[in-house]
Amino acid sequence: MRIVNLAHGNLYAIGAFVTASLVGNWLAGTRTLILYFLLPAGAFVAAAIGAVLEPTLLRPFYRRAEEYQLLVTFGLLMILEDAVRFIWGPYPLSASTLFSELGSFSIGDAIYPTYNLLVIATGGLAAVFLWAFVYRTRFGLLLRATAQDMRRASALGVNVNRVYVQAFTIGCFMAGLGGAIVVPGQSAVLGMGVEALVLAFIVVVIGGLGSLEGALVGALIVGIFREIGITVFPEIELAMLYLIAAFVLLVRPAGLFGRPA
Amino acid sequence: MSTVAIPLTQGLSIKTVAWAVLIAAALALLPFAVGEYQTILLAYGLIFAIAALGLNLLLGYTGLLSFGHAAFFGTGAYVVALMVKYFHVQSMELFLLGTVGASLVVAFLFGFVSVRYTKIFFSILNLALSQVLWSLAYKFYWVTGGSDGLRVPTPTLLGGAIGVTDDKIHFLSHAYYYYVLVLFLACVLVMWVIVHSPFGKALQAIRDNETRARFVGIRIRQYRLVAYLVSGVFTGIAGALWVPLNGLTTPDILYWPFSGEIVFMCVLGGFQYFTGPIVGAVVFNYLKSWVVGATTYWQALLGIILVVLVLALPTGIVGTAKRIIDKARRAASA
Repeated sequence: MRIVNLAHGNLYAIGAFVTASLVGNWLAGTRTLILYFLLPAGAFVAAAIGAVLEPTLLRPFYRRAEEYQLLVTFGLLMILEDAVRFIWGPYPLSASTLFSELGSFSIGDAIYPTYNLLVIATGGLAAVFLWAFVYRTRFGLLLRATAQDMRRASALGVNVNRVYVQAFTIGCFMAGLGGAIVVPGQSAVLGMGVEALVLAFIVVVIGGLGSLEGALVGALIVGIFREIGITVFPEIELAMLYLIAAFVLLVRPAGLFGRPA
Repeated sequence: MSTVAIPLTQGLSIKTVAWAVLIAAALALLPFAVGEYQTILLAYGLIFAIAALGLNLLLGYTGLLSFGHAAFFGTGAYVVALMVKYFHVQSMELFLLGTVGASLVVAFLFGFVSVRYTKIFFSILNLALSQVLWSLAYKFYWVTGGSDGLRVPTPTLLGGAIGVTDDKIHFLSHAYYYYVLVLFLACVLVMWVIVHSPFGKALQAIRDNETRARFVGIRIRQYRLVAYLVSGVFTGIAGALWVPLNGLTTPDILYWPFSGEIVFMCVLGGFQYFTGPIVGAVVFNYLKSWVVGATTYWQALLGIILVVLVLALPTGIVGTAKRIIDKARRAASA
């Protein structure tokens, strides 16, 4: 939709915090099976926030230069970062019971936590659903039409405003889901939003703006390079990721899978 | 093709000069009127003003929003810190020389890559590149001190003429304040000349209409690169001046939210005006020091201010003040 949201990482963090406080604090001690089903709660909260933010803060900027969007979402980032601190306090929040409950299994010499399989499965499912949603439903069609030419879509009778809200809400849902699903394995800490945002930017830049398969491939590239970097040469692990992103932008400005603008 | 000579005094009325002299005099007399804390705070503001002035050559005059100028500020700061650590340099002039050189190199590398793009691509590419420096400063702790940063002692000024004194606060609020003030005034003057030169006019033409500017015969990419170099050097100088004042440099000043703060300053003052970034930086500095003292949630408060600014007052402080003054004048003459 050509919205660059610098506060996207904060929605990821909010998803993590909501799920962590729900599963790790308020309902701790409930049967774990129920807790697994409550994991996506953070995603719904993030989506709700997105549904409020888009019409109020972002919509006024579609007609103005793109740079203003960066500024307003940067302001939003600062606000949300402190909102999280205000609500949940400065201490990390964990929901590790869900992680340890599943135990681990070993492949040869390597020990692998079973919970990570759940994360992988969720990620795969989310990707498939999102793809089907965008490319196989009527709503997805309207979405892509609006992204390509907002004015023409509007002239043809598409309720452009509604499409924008829905798309943004889905984006926030995915961010929240990401946060919610990783929180049992790590824990929710302040600043995780900014960290996730920067990684997400690299992923999207490598994959290509406005391309779902690009985002998926980009995420795999970033994940693999990160792991290699951490084991082989930890000092330049992050620098290497940024350099890859800069290199991709240089060679293919639209990213690996993006359409040239 | 002959170049059209535009007199540099164009747009420079006697009134503007009088105001500038008046403000400079006020700034020079200030340490006698207020306490040491206020003077040092103002020195921070003037230093940020140099950085914002540099950023605004891109944002306001060339139409490129860099979300990575922390890279140059940090380059300035770390070059000074590393010169102290490895070469035991003490002279501020040598620091500045080293900084100008280093920021030119960094700006050339970054600029060469990024000026091919505009709009959001330019912004994000700058962000990514500046993050490279941040992660290097963060990870190579045996060189840069990692997240602990590097300490920088008070330097000697004017080739050792003004040496290290015992009273550091007194030094910073007097000798060093004037040093910063003189450099600030010099930077403002240089930027004024650049902006009003044919080169500056060409940048504004590129900002307003890239295609037309190309047809007129302006080499867009070269002009953007030169603007990027100048911008980077200005912000680098600000970083070098900042370090002795702060006494410490940490990777925070290379991290991208700091880039956002420099952008914030320009928007706050009004990036459409020459004086905008100067006013914005000084006001931002006061605002931040006040907000940080007033509440734990200063970040949220600054965020709200930024959002309101962008929504309601896109021309910033200078633009809004101008509008109010114009209105009052019209009301008075009518």
